[in-house]
Amino acid sequence: MTNLYIFIEFVLLGLLASGLSALIALSFVLVYKGTHVVNFAAGEVMMLGAYLYYTGAVVLQLHPAAALFISLVGISLVSVAIEAFVLRPLAGQPTISILMATIGMASLLHGSVEIIWGQSPLETPALLPRFPVNWGEVMIPGAAIGNFVISSLLIAAVVTFFRFTQTGIEMRATASDPVTAASLGVDIRAAQRMTWILAGLTGTLAGTLIVSSGSVSPALASVALSVFSVVILGGLDSVTGVILASLIVGVLESLTVGYIDGKMRDVFPYVVVLAVLVVRPFGLSGTHEIERL
Amino acid sequence: MRTGVFFENYGAEEQLWDSQTAKTMMAVFVVALYLLPLWGSDYMVAMACIVGIHLIAVMGLNITTGSAGLISLSQAAFMGVGCYAVSWFARWGIPFWLALPMAGLLAALIGMVVGLPSLRVKGMYFAIATLAAHFVLSFLFREWTPVTGGPGGVNIPAANFFGIELVGDHRMFYPIYICVLLLGLAAANITRSYVGRAFIAVRDRDISAEILGVNLLRYKVLAFMLGSFYAGVAGGLLGYFYGAITAEYFTFGLSVFYVAAIIVGGLGRVLGSVLGAVFMTFVPESLRLMSSALSGSIPSLANLLLPMGQVVFGILIIIFLIFEPRGLAQMWARVRRAFHLWPFRT
Repeated sequence: MTNLYIFIEFVLLGLLASGLSALIALSFVLVYKGTHVVNFAAGEVMMLGAYLYYTGAVVLQLHPAAALFISLVGISLVSVAIEAFVLRPLAGQPTISILMATIGMASLLHGSVEIIWGQSPLETPALLPRFPVNWGEVMIPGAAIGNFVISSLLIAAVVTFFRFTQTGIEMRATASDPVTAASLGVDIRAAQRMTWILAGLTGTLAGTLIVSSGSVSPALASVALSVFSVVILGGLDSVTGVILASLIVGVLESLTVGYIDGKMRDVFPYVVVLAVLVVRPFGLSGTHEIERL
Repeated sequence: MRTGVFFENYGAEEQLWDSQTAKTMMAVFVVALYLLPLWGSDYMVAMACIVGIHLIAVMGLNITTGSAGLISLSQAAFMGVGCYAVSWFARWGIPFWLALPMAGLLAALIGMVVGLPSLRVKGMYFAIATLAAHFVLSFLFREWTPVTGGPGGVNIPAANFFGIELVGDHRMFYPIYICVLLLGLAAANITRSYVGRAFIAVRDRDISAEILGVNLLRYKVLAFMLGSFYAGVAGGLLGYFYGAITAEYFTFGLSVFYVAAIIVGGLGRVLGSVLGAVFMTFVPESLRLMSSALSGSIPSLANLLLPMGQVVFGILIIIFLIFEPRGLAQMWARVRRAFHLWPFRT
């Protein structure tokens, strides 16, 4: 029976880890849906958010909640700046320009973070209590459950925001047809700015949750690159697809890492990306664009 | 005395050099460059070698990304393929002048294997596919120990040209710059041939290109393979130049560095590749020189060097994209025209 317990443990760990990756993936999807930009700087924005949280909680000795609030405000400002100074002037430029602009942004943020906070990992206070949950022979760290619950709630909040609030509906209108939205009186610049802010906030929350169960280091940014597997499998512009894909990728990755080799964690997401792009480039439920010739 | 370049027929626009003066100037420049090991300092020759290797990889990427519009984020990984290939060819006793093109061909072949499935997607999706390919390849470099030596890397025996051991910067200079010249001429000529025009058609209007009879898949694969070939040759030269190399060299950052170089230099032009490769190699180098000059007064500066390089790199990319999207090549063209028309102004 031990084998079964191990299997269940891997599956559960994978499912629980998928909450955070869905949250990071959401930050990609929001930006792609709203502005048709694949944001390679998402990881760096997430990392910056986590460092701001660290500064608030450890350097300024604030309550973790206050520190989180500061980092969210800071990231909102950074997102607005990115949108206004980098992406807005490049609107309508070819794909490579926009892609490289986000990569340039990523490099700029990464360098700045290393200049300000250094390269070595820094201890962060836990946002959630640290306790393992035992269920028979299956052992699950409590932070994983907490992260999963919080991520699910946040994703639900974002989905509700898009479905029911005026701003959310305006943002969806802008995403699906900017010209029509503008002629119906939607301020599309404001909507796009809001998209960047929202993506920055989800990224920051994900980053803070990740670092709050350990330490923060510049390596955090590379987490976002491996989330491409979730984003591509789900479809670049589908929130539902991404949630589904994060569960699938989470379980598969956990099983691969558990049963084959721990090193597979480095390569597994990219194998998924290549496989999906060959078989079904628009993902599970993305829009069937004519991106395929 | 010239007052500008005026084309009288369409054939003239396709010429490699737009005037006899340009041709002469180019010849003088090339001769001066080839005599560099005789008059330059050791430092200059070593930098020239590094610039030359980067330049080959950048020229290749400029065919793939600049001309054909396929954004490739895996150029460094194909350099790695070339480097490991050369290490094996050298072990089998294949002379370096044969091993280099073979390394290029192997890289092109792997480029085809990687590219053929992913070339069916385009734009952002293609960029993400090459990003994934980069990480899969660099995973192989690190973990496939029997072939790549794993984290320890590989040693490459010195290149031997009919009994002359090509070791050291001064002797490696010539193989590198002969490759630069040959591959540079090839790139310039590809651009003005049918193949080059097909690449540009695929980049600008793919559906129209297909209707006009350009086989999209074939030309996309060809562009990707050409880029990989250049990367393979560059990787092989890199192996001979350093003599030993580890997987750590072929990072994602290097792939991004090459894309940045073609953007800063100018997309789709050989001149752009040259200016971009030179400029982007010298920016971190000048930062290093500056910080070592200042390290007496500010000792902590050395630790900040790498992040400062990243900041400058990011700012450069963004500034060029926003203010000079056609890169240094365009600035060069403006300066050149201003000189031609002097004392009149445009």
